[in-house]
Amino acid sequence: MTSRRVVLTRTAAVIGAASTGLLLPEIVRAQSNRVRVGFMLPYTGTFAQLGVAIENGFRMALDEQGGKLGGRDIEFFKVDDESNPAKGVENAQRLVQRDRVDVLVGTVHSGVQMGIHRVARESGVLNLIPNAGVHAATRGLCAPNVFRTSFSNSQPTLALGKAMVDRGHKRAVWITWSYAAGDEAFEGFEQSYTAAGGTIIKKLGLPFPNVEFQALLTEIASLRPDAVACFFAGGGAAKFLRDYAAAGLNRSIQLYGSGFLTEGVLEAAGDSAKGVLTTMHYSDSLDTPRNKKFRLEYAKAFKMQPDVYAVQGYDTGLLLVQGANAVRGDFSNKAGLQGAMRGATIDSPRGKWTMSKSHNPIQDMYLREVVGRENKVIGIAQKAVEDPGTGCRMA
Amino acid sequence: MDFANFLIQLLNSLQYGLLLFMLAAGLTLIFGIMGVVNLAHGSFYMLGAYMAWSFAGTFGSLFVAILVGTALSIALGLALEWSLFRHFYKRDHLDQVLLTFGLIYIFEEVRSLLWGDDVHAVQMPEILNWSIPLTDNLSYPAYRLFMSGLCILLALGLYLLISRTRLGMKIRAGAFNRDMTEALGVNIRLIYAVVFALGVGLAAVAGMIAAPISSVYPGMGGSVLIMCFVVVVIGGIGSVRGALIAALLVGLVDTFGKVLVPQVAGMLVYMLMAAVLLYKPEGLFKQ
Repeated sequence: MTSRRVVLTRTAAVIGAASTGLLLPEIVRAQSNRVRVGFMLPYTGTFAQLGVAIENGFRMALDEQGGKLGGRDIEFFKVDDESNPAKGVENAQRLVQRDRVDVLVGTVHSGVQMGIHRVARESGVLNLIPNAGVHAATRGLCAPNVFRTSFSNSQPTLALGKAMVDRGHKRAVWITWSYAAGDEAFEGFEQSYTAAGGTIIKKLGLPFPNVEFQALLTEIASLRPDAVACFFAGGGAAKFLRDYAAAGLNRSIQLYGSGFLTEGVLEAAGDSAKGVLTTMHYSDSLDTPRNKKFRLEYAKAFKMQPDVYAVQGYDTGLLLVQGANAVRGDFSNKAGLQGAMRGATIDSPRGKWTMSKSHNPIQDMYLREVVGRENKVIGIAQKAVEDPGTGCRMA
Repeated sequence: MDFANFLIQLLNSLQYGLLLFMLAAGLTLIFGIMGVVNLAHGSFYMLGAYMAWSFAGTFGSLFVAILVGTALSIALGLALEWSLFRHFYKRDHLDQVLLTFGLIYIFEEVRSLLWGDDVHAVQMPEILNWSIPLTDNLSYPAYRLFMSGLCILLALGLYLLISRTRLGMKIRAGAFNRDMTEALGVNIRLIYAVVFALGVGLAAVAGMIAAPISSVYPGMGGSVLIMCFVVVVIGGIGSVRGALIAALLVGLVDTFGKVLVPQVAGMLVYMLMAAVLLYKPEGLFKQ
């Protein structure tokens, strides 16, 4: 016969055992001396290659430190964000709550970034953005624990206006997809172009990711502007370049764009991209010893050519190394860590850049011309371009 | 907008409409005759485009690539019909949606494994790689005219096949009443297989001939799928003639909308659909 007391003690024992069982991993975790680094990047889908390039670059920067951060070993965690904004919060929480990462590296897609951003602001986890250019992350919603190492969406076009007017192109048509990134790129263009004395005679748009440009190209021909400026990326960019040339517009109206227009699509665009001028913070063909060294070592390590995304991943690693070294690997010293990264100067393959007060790079923008199958750097369009950081309380 | 410009835009909208028709025809056939909702239709468009790129590289000619690709896609259509779709004719639309939605993912992954995730260009055939000057600064690519011509030919062929041949008669009978047609001794399974393969073939051919002007990229099927459904719904589900009229209408609205009222261009096509459904809930041409 089992008395009530026995039942109670047994229950207590079971609960006790269960709870120690639950607690045990945490104790082990707390004692482990490894820095926990979480990647939340796209490893499948359209942006899969970007995710891989970013991770490669990031690991390369850490490997240069003997694979350590501030003297501590590193443990990596990975989540495929699938570039799916609907799962952004959930995926970020997996890394923060289940894997208890010290730093979350991600991501590419701006919509997913907003999910990560919410989790980062709520949990206080250190978040390094290796690509997504969405304005809010370093403007109205900026946070002390969120740093971007890539660009803001309007940064490349902030350098575009003056370069166009300098070439005598004072009346321009703007064309892009009508969505957040396109609108943010337009903001930079509008500001720089009108400040330089240019006039935007018409703003054309089409819904994302529609690629039926023919009607708009006809409209451009009838407007007869000096130049066309645009923001397109990926497959749509290749199609735009081809359609623009097929309509014969490339012979009479100079095409400009935010640099993504000619990244990764030159093979696909073929001769139709010839002579297109773009502004961006990097070019594969950048002729500096720093860039050449980076490209050589990356190619050796990963058996593939680096691109701008690899550079951004690499810089993310460099930034984290600076922060970790400053606090000797003590990631609980948040003030010290963030302070060191905030004032950081990064010796990047793209050229030296510094972290702004709103945690976005202050960097040179290059003017590049498509020659053959590469973006040839023809000069610096504008030095030390800074995102205005409008609405950021830290700025 | 001056008159010359208006004419050019009319040409643009006609050409876009014809391409949309090519895409939507297969979808409306498969739905109208077999009652299958095929969300994977866009994937066949994408597969067609990738085949054009891949085979044009292998054989050195886009025309050969299109012939080989058409044969392969018809074979794929037959195989899919035999292995999967055959078992779904009598099932709920929701089951069909689940099946074809799953197929989208499978085809994307297969595409990624076979051809990678890069953006590719398909070289235009040399004899069509020239433009016709329309105004002093605008030219019209000859290839687009070739595309439109091909679409018109296919539309005509499809019309003749369905309304003037014995096979077309059986197809129409099967769509009207499957059991009765079967009872009259028509091999309805074979007819269905043929129609399905034809639908897949049409989508793939649209992808192949669009490849040189649209470039080839992951996820390209998804963007055309929605427009296809809009065309099918406006035209009346199952009506090939309806699909043609609807595709041309959508082409017109989309082209002129983008130019005249860019602020709402993204919505116009859907507003057209809503307006049509308001007056004709079953589309313009109900079978």
